Amino acid sequence: MIEVKNISKSFDGNTVLHDVTTEFLPGKVNFIIGRSGSRKSVLTKCIVGLNEVDKGEIFFDGRNFTSLNKWDRRSIRQEMGMLFQGAALFDSMTVEENVMYPLRMFSKMTKAELQKRVDECLERVNLSGKNKLYPSEISGGMQKRTGIARAIAMNPKYLFCDEPNSGLDPQTAIVIDNLIKEITVDYNITTVVVSHDMASVIEIGDLINFIYQGNLWWRGNPASILNSDNKEVTEFVFPSAFMQEIRDALRQGHK
Amino acid sequence: MSGLFSHIGRYSILLGQVFTRPAKASEYRRLIVDELDKIGLQSLGIVALLSFFMGAVVTIQTAANIDSGWIPKWTIGFTTRQTMILEFSSTIVCLILSGKVGGNISSEIGTMRITEQIDAMDVMGVNSASVLILPKIIAAIFIFPFMVIGSMFLGICAGAIVGTGQGVISLTDYIYGLQYYFEPYQVSYTLIKTVVFAFIITSISSYHGYFTKGGAREVGQSSTKAVVYSMVFILLSNYILTQLLLL
Ligand SMILES: Nc1ncnc2c1ncn2[C@@H]1O[C@H](COP(=O)(O)OP(=O)(O)OP(=O)(O)O)[C@@H](O)[C@H]1O
Ligand SMILES: [Mg+2]
Repeated sequence: MIEVKNISKSFDGNTVLHDVTTEFLPGKVNFIIGRSGSRKSVLTKCIVGLNEVDKGEIFFDGRNFTSLNKWDRRSIRQEMGMLFQGAALFDSMTVEENVMYPLRMFSKMTKAELQKRVDECLERVNLSGKNKLYPSEISGGMQKRTGIARAIAMNPKYLFCDEPNSGLDPQTAIVIDNLIKEITVDYNITTVVVSHDMASVIEIGDLINFIYQGNLWWRGNPASILNSDNKEVTEFVFPSAFMQEIRDALRQGHK
Repeated sequence: MSGLFSHIGRYSILLGQVFTRPAKASEYRRLIVDELDKIGLQSLGIVALLSFFMGAVVTIQTAANIDSGWIPKWTIGFTTRQTMILEFSSTIVCLILSGKVGGNISSEIGTMRITEQIDAMDVMGVNSASVLILPKIIAAIFIFPFMVIGSMFLGICAGAIVGTGQGVISLTDYIYGLQYYFEPYQVSYTLIKTVVFAFIITSISSYHGYFTKGGAREVGQSSTKAVVYSMVFILLSNYILTQLLLL
Protein backbone atom coordinates (compact mmCIF):
# COMPACT_ATOMS: atom_id res chain seq x y z
CA MET A 1 0.00 0.00 0.00
CA ILE A 2 1.20 3.49 -0.78
CA GLU A 3 -0.03 6.34 1.43
CA VAL A 4 0.29 9.92 0.25
CA LYS A 5 -0.14 12.39 3.10
CA ASN A 6 -0.69 16.11 2.54
CA ILE A 7 1.90 16.63 -0.16
CA SER A 8 2.41 20.04 -1.74
CA LYS A 9 4.82 21.02 -4.45
CA SER A 10 5.70 24.29 -6.12
CA PHE A 11 8.02 25.27 -8.94
CA ASP A 12 9.57 28.74 -8.76
CA GLY A 13 6.87 30.01 -6.39
CA ASN A 14 3.99 28.49 -8.38
CA THR A 15 2.16 25.91 -6.33
CA VAL A 16 1.29 23.01 -8.64
CA LEU A 17 0.16 20.43 -6.07
CA HIS A 18 -2.12 21.48 -3.24
CA ASP A 19 -2.12 19.31 -0.14
CA VAL A 20 -2.83 15.98 -1.87
CA THR A 21 -3.78 13.06 0.36
CA THR A 22 -4.73 9.65 -0.98
CA GLU A 23 -3.78 5.99 -0.88
CA PHE A 24 -3.14 3.26 -3.42
CA LEU A 25 -4.05 -0.34 -2.62
CA PRO A 26 -2.17 -3.57 -3.38
CA GLY A 27 -3.52 -5.93 -6.01
CA LYS A 28 -5.57 -3.08 -7.43
CA VAL A 29 -5.19 -0.85 -10.44
CA ASN A 30 -5.27 2.64 -8.92
CA PHE A 31 -5.89 5.38 -11.44
CA ILE A 32 -4.82 9.00 -11.39
CA ILE A 33 -6.93 10.80 -13.95
CA GLY A 34 -7.48 14.39 -14.95
CA ARG A 35 -7.21 16.80 -17.83
CA SER A 36 -3.98 17.49 -19.62
CA GLY A 37 -1.89 19.78 -17.42
CA SER A 38 -3.75 18.87 -14.23
CA ARG A 39 -0.36 17.81 -12.69
CA LYS A 40 -0.83 14.03 -12.92
CA SER A 41 2.77 13.50 -13.99
CA VAL A 42 4.09 15.87 -11.34
CA LEU A 43 2.15 13.98 -8.67
CA THR A 44 3.52 10.66 -9.91
CA LYS A 45 7.07 11.99 -10.00
CA CYS A 46 6.65 13.25 -6.44
CA ILE A 47 5.45 9.84 -5.30
CA VAL A 48 8.43 8.01 -6.80
CA GLY A 49 10.81 10.71 -5.60
CA LEU A 50 11.95 12.09 -8.96
CA ASN A 51 10.59 15.40 -7.69
CA GLU A 52 11.14 16.33 -4.05
CA VAL A 53 7.96 17.42 -2.28
CA ASP A 54 7.89 20.72 -0.38
CA LYS A 55 5.53 19.43 2.28
CA GLY A 56 3.93 16.14 3.26
CA GLU A 57 5.04 12.52 3.37
CA ILE A 58 4.80 9.34 1.32
CA PHE A 59 4.74 5.90 2.90
CA PHE A 60 5.44 2.63 1.11
CA ASP A 61 3.90 -0.12 3.24
CA GLY A 62 4.45 1.99 6.31
CA ARG A 63 8.02 3.01 5.42
CA ASN A 64 8.44 6.77 5.29
CA PHE A 65 10.04 7.32 1.88
CA THR A 66 10.16 11.11 2.14
CA SER A 67 12.37 11.16 5.22
CA LEU A 68 15.00 8.87 3.68
CA ASN A 69 18.03 10.27 1.90
CA LYS A 70 18.92 9.37 -1.65
CA TRP A 71 21.00 6.35 -0.69
CA ASP A 72 18.62 4.85 1.82
CA ARG A 73 15.81 5.13 -0.69
CA ARG A 74 17.56 2.66 -2.92
CA SER A 75 16.17 -0.43 -1.23
CA ILE A 76 12.60 0.82 -1.71
CA ARG A 77 13.39 1.91 -5.24
CA GLN A 78 14.40 -1.60 -6.14
CA GLU A 79 10.83 -2.61 -5.32
CA MET A 80 9.47 -0.06 -7.81
CA GLY A 81 8.93 -0.42 -11.51
CA MET A 82 7.96 2.48 -13.70
CA LEU A 83 6.70 2.79 -17.23
CA PHE A 84 7.29 6.32 -18.52
CA GLN A 85 5.01 8.39 -20.71
CA GLY A 86 7.48 8.00 -23.60
CA ALA A 87 8.63 4.47 -22.59
CA ALA A 88 12.15 5.88 -21.86
CA LEU A 89 13.92 2.76 -23.11
CA PHE A 90 17.70 2.93 -23.25
CA ASP A 91 18.10 3.47 -26.96
CA SER A 92 21.67 2.23 -27.16
CA MET A 93 20.57 -1.17 -25.83
CA THR A 94 18.51 -3.97 -27.35
CA VAL A 95 15.10 -4.99 -26.01
CA GLU A 96 16.76 -7.80 -24.08
CA GLU A 97 19.48 -5.58 -22.61
CA ASN A 98 16.85 -3.08 -21.52
CA VAL A 99 14.95 -5.70 -19.56
CA MET A 100 18.18 -7.14 -18.19
CA TYR A 101 19.49 -3.75 -17.03
CA PRO A 102 17.97 -3.57 -13.54
CA LEU A 103 18.78 -7.23 -12.94
CA ARG A 104 22.39 -6.76 -13.95
CA MET A 105 22.67 -3.71 -11.73
CA PHE A 106 21.19 -5.19 -8.60
CA SER A 107 20.88 -8.97 -8.68
CA LYS A 108 23.61 -11.56 -8.33
CA MET A 109 22.15 -13.80 -11.03
CA THR A 110 24.35 -15.87 -13.29
CA LYS A 111 24.23 -15.35 -17.04
CA ALA A 112 21.86 -18.28 -17.52
CA GLU A 113 19.53 -17.08 -14.76
CA LEU A 114 19.51 -13.57 -16.23
CA GLN A 115 18.60 -14.91 -19.64
CA LYS A 116 15.84 -17.07 -18.18
CA ARG A 117 14.30 -14.14 -16.27
CA VAL A 118 14.48 -11.85 -19.31
CA ASP A 119 12.81 -14.43 -21.52
CA GLU A 120 10.06 -14.89 -18.91
CA CYS A 121 9.40 -11.15 -18.79
CA LEU A 122 9.38 -10.79 -22.55
CA GLU A 123 7.01 -13.71 -22.86
CA ARG A 124 4.74 -12.11 -20.25
CA VAL A 125 4.36 -9.07 -22.51
CA ASN A 126 4.17 -11.10 -25.73
CA LEU A 127 7.52 -10.05 -27.08
CA SER A 128 9.25 -13.43 -27.29
CA GLY A 129 11.80 -13.48 -30.08
CA LYS A 130 12.23 -9.71 -30.20
CA ASN A 131 15.25 -9.92 -27.87
CA LYS A 132 17.85 -8.56 -30.24
CA LEU A 133 15.95 -5.64 -31.73
CA TYR A 134 16.70 -2.04 -30.80
CA PRO A 135 13.96 0.32 -29.52
CA SER A 136 14.12 2.25 -32.80
CA GLU A 137 13.30 -0.94 -34.69
CA ILE A 138 10.03 -1.74 -32.90
CA SER A 139 6.62 -0.07 -32.87
CA GLY A 140 5.35 2.30 -30.18
CA GLY A 141 3.16 -0.41 -28.68
CA MET A 142 6.09 -2.81 -28.51
CA GLN A 143 8.20 -0.10 -26.87
CA LYS A 144 5.54 0.31 -24.19
CA ARG A 145 5.48 -3.45 -23.69
CA THR A 146 9.27 -3.54 -23.44
CA GLY A 147 8.97 -0.76 -20.87
CA ILE A 148 6.52 -2.91 -18.89
CA ALA A 149 8.84 -5.92 -19.15
CA ARG A 150 11.71 -3.81 -17.79
CA ALA A 151 9.49 -2.46 -15.02
CA ILE A 152 8.46 -5.95 -13.84
CA ALA A 153 11.90 -7.59 -14.22
CA MET A 154 12.75 -7.11 -10.53
CA ASN A 155 9.33 -8.39 -9.35
CA PRO A 156 8.25 -4.97 -8.12
CA LYS A 157 5.81 -4.42 -5.29
CA TYR A 158 4.86 -1.06 -6.78
CA LEU A 159 4.26 -0.39 -10.46
CA PHE A 160 3.79 3.09 -11.92
CA CYS A 161 2.55 3.60 -15.47
CA ASP A 162 2.37 7.12 -16.88
CA GLU A 163 -0.10 7.07 -19.76
CA PRO A 164 0.59 3.47 -20.76
CA ASN A 165 -1.61 3.61 -23.82
CA SER A 166 -1.36 7.15 -25.09
CA GLY A 167 -0.59 7.22 -28.78
CA LEU A 168 -1.78 3.67 -29.35
CA ASP A 169 -4.75 2.49 -31.35
CA PRO A 170 -7.76 1.37 -29.24
CA GLN A 171 -7.13 -2.34 -29.75
CA THR A 172 -3.45 -2.18 -28.81
CA ALA A 173 -4.43 0.03 -25.88
CA ILE A 174 -6.74 -2.70 -24.59
CA VAL A 175 -3.96 -5.27 -24.87
CA ILE A 176 -1.69 -3.08 -22.72
CA ASP A 177 -4.51 -2.36 -20.25
CA ASN A 178 -5.29 -6.02 -19.81
CA LEU A 179 -1.62 -6.80 -19.39
CA ILE A 180 -1.33 -4.26 -16.59
CA LYS A 181 -4.45 -5.63 -14.90
CA GLU A 182 -3.24 -9.23 -15.10
CA ILE A 183 0.20 -8.44 -13.75
CA THR A 184 -1.32 -6.44 -10.91
CA VAL A 185 -3.62 -9.25 -9.84
CA ASP A 186 -1.18 -12.12 -10.46
CA TYR A 187 1.66 -10.62 -8.42
CA ASN A 188 -0.47 -8.54 -6.00
CA ILE A 189 1.27 -5.35 -7.06
CA THR A 190 0.22 -1.86 -5.96
CA THR A 191 -0.27 -0.39 -9.41
CA VAL A 192 -0.69 3.32 -10.13
CA VAL A 193 -1.80 4.21 -13.64
CA VAL A 194 -1.88 7.79 -14.92
CA SER A 195 -4.32 8.26 -17.76
CA HIS A 196 -6.94 10.43 -19.31
CA ASP A 197 -8.47 7.59 -21.25
CA MET A 198 -11.90 6.86 -19.71
CA ALA A 199 -12.16 3.62 -21.67
CA SER A 200 -9.26 2.07 -19.76
CA VAL A 201 -10.44 3.55 -16.48
CA ILE A 202 -13.77 1.78 -16.86
CA GLU A 203 -12.15 -1.36 -18.26
CA ILE A 204 -9.47 -2.08 -15.66
CA GLY A 205 -9.78 0.57 -12.92
CA ASP A 206 -10.40 -0.43 -9.31
CA LEU A 207 -9.92 2.95 -7.66
CA ILE A 208 -9.90 6.37 -9.24
CA ASN A 209 -8.22 9.59 -8.10
CA PHE A 210 -9.44 12.57 -10.09
CA ILE A 211 -6.98 15.46 -10.07
CA TYR A 212 -8.18 18.96 -10.86
CA GLN A 213 -5.66 21.81 -11.08
CA GLY A 214 -3.29 20.09 -8.69
CA ASN A 215 -5.96 19.19 -6.14
CA LEU A 216 -7.28 15.75 -5.36
CA TRP A 217 -10.84 16.58 -6.39
CA TRP A 218 -12.66 13.28 -6.22
CA ARG A 219 -12.02 9.63 -5.24
CA GLY A 220 -14.11 6.61 -6.04
CA ASN A 221 -14.57 3.58 -8.25
CA PRO A 222 -15.57 3.22 -11.92
CA ALA A 223 -19.23 2.62 -11.15
CA SER A 224 -19.55 5.74 -9.02
CA ILE A 225 -17.67 8.02 -11.41
CA LEU A 226 -20.33 7.52 -14.07
CA ASN A 227 -23.02 8.66 -11.65
CA SER A 228 -21.06 11.39 -9.95
CA ASP A 229 -22.71 14.80 -9.64
CA ASN A 230 -19.43 16.65 -9.26
CA LYS A 231 -19.32 19.29 -12.00
CA GLU A 232 -15.62 18.91 -12.89
CA VAL A 233 -15.83 15.12 -12.82
CA THR A 234 -18.83 14.96 -15.12
CA GLU A 235 -17.26 17.44 -17.49
CA PHE A 236 -14.20 15.22 -17.65
CA VAL A 237 -16.07 11.95 -18.03
CA PHE A 238 -18.63 13.27 -20.51
CA PRO A 239 -16.73 15.96 -22.35
CA SER A 240 -18.86 16.25 -25.46
CA ALA A 241 -22.56 16.75 -26.19
CA PHE A 242 -22.51 13.30 -27.74
CA MET A 243 -21.13 11.70 -24.57
CA GLN A 244 -23.71 13.56 -22.48
CA GLU A 245 -26.47 12.16 -24.64
CA ILE A 246 -25.11 8.68 -24.07
CA ARG A 247 -25.09 9.32 -20.33
CA ASP A 248 -28.67 10.57 -20.35
CA ALA A 249 -29.74 7.59 -22.43
CA LEU A 250 -27.99 5.26 -19.97
CA ARG A 251 -29.59 6.94 -16.97
CA GLN A 252 -33.00 6.69 -18.51
CA GLY A 253 -32.38 3.04 -19.28
CA HIS A 254 -31.62 2.45 -15.59
CA LYS A 255 -34.90 3.90 -14.45
CA MET B 1 27.92 36.31 -11.65
CA SER B 2 25.39 34.47 -9.48
CA GLY B 3 24.87 32.29 -12.55
CA LEU B 4 28.53 31.30 -12.45
CA PHE B 5 28.32 30.41 -8.75
CA SER B 6 25.22 28.30 -9.23
CA HIS B 7 27.01 26.46 -12.07
CA ILE B 8 30.01 25.81 -9.84
CA GLY B 9 27.72 24.63 -7.05
CA ARG B 10 25.74 22.24 -9.21
CA TYR B 11 28.91 21.00 -10.92
CA SER B 12 30.49 20.18 -7.54
CA ILE B 13 27.38 18.42 -6.29
CA LEU B 14 27.23 16.38 -9.49
CA LEU B 15 30.89 15.37 -9.14
CA GLY B 16 30.20 14.36 -5.56
CA GLN B 17 27.45 12.11 -6.83
CA VAL B 18 29.72 10.68 -9.54
CA PHE B 19 32.28 9.54 -7.00
CA THR B 20 29.99 8.23 -4.23
CA ARG B 21 28.37 4.83 -3.91
CA PRO B 22 29.15 3.52 -7.35
CA ALA B 23 27.36 0.44 -8.68
CA LYS B 24 28.86 -2.98 -9.36
CA ALA B 25 32.51 -3.08 -10.44
CA SER B 26 31.77 -5.51 -13.26
CA GLU B 27 29.35 -2.98 -14.77
CA TYR B 28 31.96 -0.25 -14.71
CA ARG B 29 34.55 -2.45 -16.38
CA ARG B 30 32.18 -3.06 -19.26
CA LEU B 31 31.20 0.61 -19.53
CA ILE B 32 34.83 1.80 -19.42
CA VAL B 33 35.75 -0.51 -22.28
CA ASP B 34 32.85 0.96 -24.27
CA GLU B 35 34.03 4.48 -23.56
CA LEU B 36 37.65 3.71 -24.42
CA ASP B 37 36.37 2.83 -27.85
CA LYS B 38 34.08 5.87 -28.18
CA ILE B 39 36.41 8.45 -26.66
CA GLY B 40 39.74 6.96 -27.70
CA LEU B 41 39.76 4.73 -30.75
CA GLN B 42 37.18 6.75 -32.63
CA SER B 43 39.28 9.91 -32.21
CA LEU B 44 42.55 8.39 -33.38
CA GLY B 45 42.01 9.38 -37.00
CA ILE B 46 41.56 13.07 -36.39
CA VAL B 47 44.40 13.25 -33.87
CA ALA B 48 46.77 11.47 -36.27
CA LEU B 49 45.81 13.68 -39.20
CA LEU B 50 46.25 16.87 -37.21
CA SER B 51 49.54 15.85 -35.63
CA PHE B 52 51.09 14.80 -38.90
CA PHE B 53 50.29 18.04 -40.69
CA MET B 54 51.18 20.24 -37.73
CA GLY B 55 54.59 18.58 -37.40
CA ALA B 56 55.17 19.02 -41.11
CA VAL B 57 54.07 22.66 -41.12
CA VAL B 58 56.10 23.63 -38.05
CA THR B 59 59.18 22.12 -39.68
CA ILE B 60 58.70 23.97 -42.97
CA GLN B 61 57.86 27.25 -41.21
CA THR B 62 60.95 27.07 -39.03
CA ALA B 63 63.07 26.21 -42.04
CA ALA B 64 61.67 29.15 -43.96
CA ASN B 65 62.35 31.52 -41.07
CA ILE B 66 65.95 30.56 -40.31
CA ASP B 67 67.08 30.78 -43.88
CA SER B 68 69.61 33.49 -42.99
CA GLY B 69 72.53 31.13 -42.64
CA TRP B 70 73.83 31.99 -39.18
CA ILE B 71 71.19 29.99 -37.27
CA PRO B 72 72.15 26.30 -37.27
CA LYS B 73 69.93 23.91 -39.23
CA TRP B 74 69.33 21.61 -36.26
CA THR B 75 67.19 24.37 -34.75
CA ILE B 76 64.45 23.03 -37.04
CA GLY B 77 64.38 19.65 -35.29
CA PHE B 78 64.62 21.36 -31.92
CA THR B 79 61.71 23.70 -32.64
CA THR B 80 59.48 20.96 -33.97
CA ARG B 81 60.15 18.87 -30.86
CA GLN B 82 59.50 21.74 -28.47
CA THR B 83 56.30 22.80 -30.22
CA MET B 84 54.87 19.32 -30.35
CA ILE B 85 55.82 18.33 -26.82
CA LEU B 86 55.08 21.55 -24.98
CA GLU B 87 51.92 22.83 -26.58
CA PHE B 88 50.60 21.19 -29.69
CA SER B 89 50.20 17.57 -28.65
CA SER B 90 48.55 18.44 -25.36
CA THR B 91 46.77 21.76 -25.55
CA ILE B 92 45.83 21.96 -29.23
CA VAL B 93 44.94 18.28 -29.51
CA CYS B 94 42.78 18.54 -26.39
CA LEU B 95 41.08 21.67 -27.72
CA ILE B 96 40.18 19.73 -30.84
CA LEU B 97 39.06 16.76 -28.78
CA SER B 98 36.85 18.99 -26.65
CA GLY B 99 34.93 19.68 -29.84
CA LYS B 100 34.68 16.08 -30.87
CA VAL B 101 34.47 14.19 -27.59
CA GLY B 102 32.88 16.95 -25.50
CA GLY B 103 30.10 17.65 -27.99
CA ASN B 104 29.42 13.96 -28.30
CA ILE B 105 29.24 13.33 -24.53
CA SER B 106 26.99 16.28 -23.90
CA SER B 107 24.50 15.46 -26.64
CA GLU B 108 24.40 11.79 -25.65
CA ILE B 109 23.69 12.50 -21.98
CA GLY B 110 21.40 15.42 -22.86
CA THR B 111 19.27 13.21 -25.08
CA MET B 112 19.05 10.62 -22.33
CA ARG B 113 17.87 13.36 -19.97
CA ILE B 114 15.11 14.73 -22.18
CA THR B 115 13.83 11.28 -23.16
CA GLU B 116 13.57 10.40 -19.43
CA GLN B 117 16.18 7.63 -19.69
CA ILE B 118 18.02 9.19 -16.75
CA ASP B 119 14.78 9.34 -14.74
CA ALA B 120 14.28 5.66 -15.56
CA MET B 121 17.68 4.90 -14.01
CA ASP B 122 16.98 7.04 -10.96
CA VAL B 123 13.65 5.35 -10.31
CA MET B 124 15.33 1.95 -10.38
CA GLY B 125 17.74 3.19 -7.74
CA VAL B 126 20.72 3.32 -10.09
CA ASN B 127 23.17 6.17 -9.39
CA SER B 128 22.72 7.61 -12.88
CA ALA B 129 25.39 10.29 -12.51
CA SER B 130 28.00 7.77 -11.56
CA VAL B 131 27.05 5.12 -14.12
CA LEU B 132 26.94 7.62 -16.98
CA ILE B 133 29.82 9.93 -16.11
CA LEU B 134 32.47 8.00 -14.18
CA PRO B 135 33.33 5.58 -17.02
CA LYS B 136 33.81 8.53 -19.37
CA ILE B 137 36.13 10.35 -16.97
CA ILE B 138 38.20 7.24 -16.26
CA ALA B 139 38.42 6.24 -19.92
CA ALA B 140 39.53 9.72 -21.00
CA ILE B 141 42.11 10.08 -18.23
CA PHE B 142 43.52 6.72 -19.21
CA ILE B 143 43.51 7.03 -23.00
CA PHE B 144 44.28 10.72 -23.62
CA PRO B 145 47.95 10.46 -22.51
CA PHE B 146 48.56 7.65 -24.98
CA MET B 147 46.97 9.68 -27.74
CA VAL B 148 49.12 12.66 -26.84
CA ILE B 149 52.31 10.59 -26.88
CA GLY B 150 51.27 9.21 -30.25
CA SER B 151 50.65 12.74 -31.46
CA MET B 152 54.14 13.90 -30.42
CA PHE B 153 55.73 10.96 -32.13
CA LEU B 154 53.75 11.40 -35.35
CA GLY B 155 54.37 15.15 -35.51
CA ILE B 156 58.10 14.73 -35.04
CA CYS B 157 58.22 11.96 -37.66
CA ALA B 158 56.23 14.11 -40.06
CA GLY B 159 58.80 16.88 -39.58
CA ALA B 160 61.59 14.47 -40.42
CA ILE B 161 59.82 13.13 -43.50
CA VAL B 162 58.87 16.53 -44.90
CA GLY B 163 62.13 18.25 -43.90
CA THR B 164 64.38 15.67 -45.47
CA GLY B 165 62.00 15.08 -48.36
CA GLN B 166 62.13 18.74 -49.34
CA GLY B 167 65.83 18.89 -48.67
CA VAL B 168 65.63 21.69 -46.10
CA ILE B 169 67.49 19.67 -43.47
CA SER B 170 69.48 16.46 -43.26
CA LEU B 171 68.25 13.65 -41.05
CA THR B 172 71.41 13.88 -38.93
CA ASP B 173 70.85 17.59 -38.23
CA TYR B 174 67.17 16.98 -37.49
CA ILE B 175 67.97 14.21 -35.03
CA TYR B 176 70.68 16.31 -33.42
CA GLY B 177 68.07 19.03 -32.94
CA LEU B 178 65.63 16.57 -31.47
CA GLN B 179 68.15 15.49 -28.87
CA TYR B 180 69.50 18.94 -28.12
CA TYR B 181 68.93 19.90 -24.51
CA PHE B 182 66.10 17.41 -24.11
CA GLU B 183 64.42 17.46 -20.71
CA PRO B 184 62.20 14.44 -20.00
CA TYR B 185 60.44 16.59 -17.42
CA GLN B 186 58.79 18.46 -20.26
CA VAL B 187 57.03 15.27 -21.32
CA SER B 188 55.79 14.77 -17.77
CA TYR B 189 54.57 18.36 -17.76
CA THR B 190 52.59 17.76 -20.92
CA LEU B 191 51.12 14.49 -19.66
CA ILE B 192 50.04 16.13 -16.40
CA LYS B 193 48.29 18.82 -18.44
CA THR B 194 46.66 16.15 -20.60
CA VAL B 195 45.17 14.34 -17.62
CA VAL B 196 43.74 17.61 -16.33
CA PHE B 197 42.32 18.45 -19.76
CA ALA B 198 40.78 14.97 -20.05
CA PHE B 199 39.02 15.54 -16.74
CA ILE B 200 37.87 19.01 -17.78
CA ILE B 201 36.43 17.86 -21.10
CA THR B 202 34.56 14.83 -19.80
CA SER B 203 33.27 16.34 -16.57
CA ILE B 204 32.18 19.71 -18.01
CA SER B 205 30.51 18.11 -21.02
CA SER B 206 28.75 15.55 -18.86
CA TYR B 207 27.58 18.33 -16.57
CA HIS B 208 26.00 20.28 -19.41
CA GLY B 209 24.35 17.16 -20.78
CA TYR B 210 23.09 15.96 -17.41
CA PHE B 211 21.25 19.19 -16.62
CA THR B 212 19.68 19.67 -20.05
CA LYS B 213 16.02 20.68 -19.94
CA GLY B 214 13.61 20.86 -22.84
CA GLY B 215 14.01 19.37 -26.30
CA ALA B 216 16.28 18.94 -29.29
CA ARG B 217 17.13 22.64 -29.42
CA GLU B 218 18.33 22.59 -25.81
CA VAL B 219 20.40 19.47 -26.45
CA GLY B 220 22.14 21.41 -29.21
CA GLN B 221 22.66 24.39 -26.92
CA SER B 222 24.08 22.16 -24.19
CA SER B 223 26.64 20.68 -26.50
CA THR B 224 27.69 24.12 -27.70
CA LYS B 225 28.08 25.21 -24.08
CA ALA B 226 29.96 22.01 -23.28
CA VAL B 227 32.50 22.73 -26.01
CA VAL B 228 32.88 26.43 -25.23
CA TYR B 229 33.26 25.94 -21.46
CA SER B 230 35.66 23.02 -21.95
CA MET B 231 37.83 25.16 -24.21
CA VAL B 232 37.83 28.13 -21.86
CA PHE B 233 38.77 25.97 -18.89
CA ILE B 234 41.45 24.16 -20.89
CA LEU B 235 43.03 27.50 -21.78
CA LEU B 236 42.78 28.78 -18.20
CA SER B 237 44.21 25.67 -16.65
CA ASN B 238 46.91 25.53 -19.31
CA TYR B 239 48.05 28.94 -18.16
CA ILE B 240 47.88 28.07 -14.47
CA LEU B 241 49.60 24.69 -14.85
CA THR B 242 52.36 26.18 -16.96
CA GLN B 243 53.01 28.77 -14.27
CA LEU B 244 53.07 26.08 -11.60
CA LEU B 245 55.04 23.43 -13.40
CA LEU B 246 57.52 25.26 -15.60
CA LEU B 247 58.52 28.33 -13.62
N1 LIG C 1 9.90 20.85 -13.77
C1 LIG C 1 8.90 21.75 -13.78
N2 LIG C 1 9.16 23.07 -13.62
C2 LIG C 1 8.18 23.98 -13.61
N3 LIG C 1 6.88 23.68 -13.79
C3 LIG C 1 6.54 22.40 -13.96
C4 LIG C 1 7.54 21.37 -13.97
N4 LIG C 1 6.92 20.19 -14.16
C5 LIG C 1 5.61 20.47 -14.28
N5 LIG C 1 5.37 21.78 -14.16
C6 LIG C 1 4.04 22.42 -14.20
O1 LIG C 1 3.03 21.42 -14.16
C7 LIG C 1 2.15 21.54 -15.27
C8 LIG C 1 1.93 20.23 -16.00
O2 LIG C 1 1.89 19.18 -15.12
P1 LIG C 1 1.91 17.66 -15.61
O3 LIG C 1 2.96 17.45 -16.64
O4 LIG C 1 1.95 16.86 -14.39
O5 LIG C 1 0.50 17.52 -16.32
P2 LIG C 1 -0.20 16.18 -16.73
O6 LIG C 1 -1.48 16.12 -15.96
O7 LIG C 1 0.72 15.03 -16.61
O8 LIG C 1 -0.53 16.48 -18.25
P3 LIG C 1 -0.56 15.47 -19.50
O9 LIG C 1 -1.83 14.72 -19.38
O10 LIG C 1 -0.58 16.39 -20.66
O11 LIG C 1 0.65 14.61 -19.41
C9 LIG C 1 2.81 22.48 -16.25
O12 LIG C 1 1.85 23.35 -16.71
C10 LIG C 1 3.87 23.17 -15.48
O13 LIG C 1 3.44 24.46 -15.14
MG1 LIG D 1 1.70 13.68 -18.00
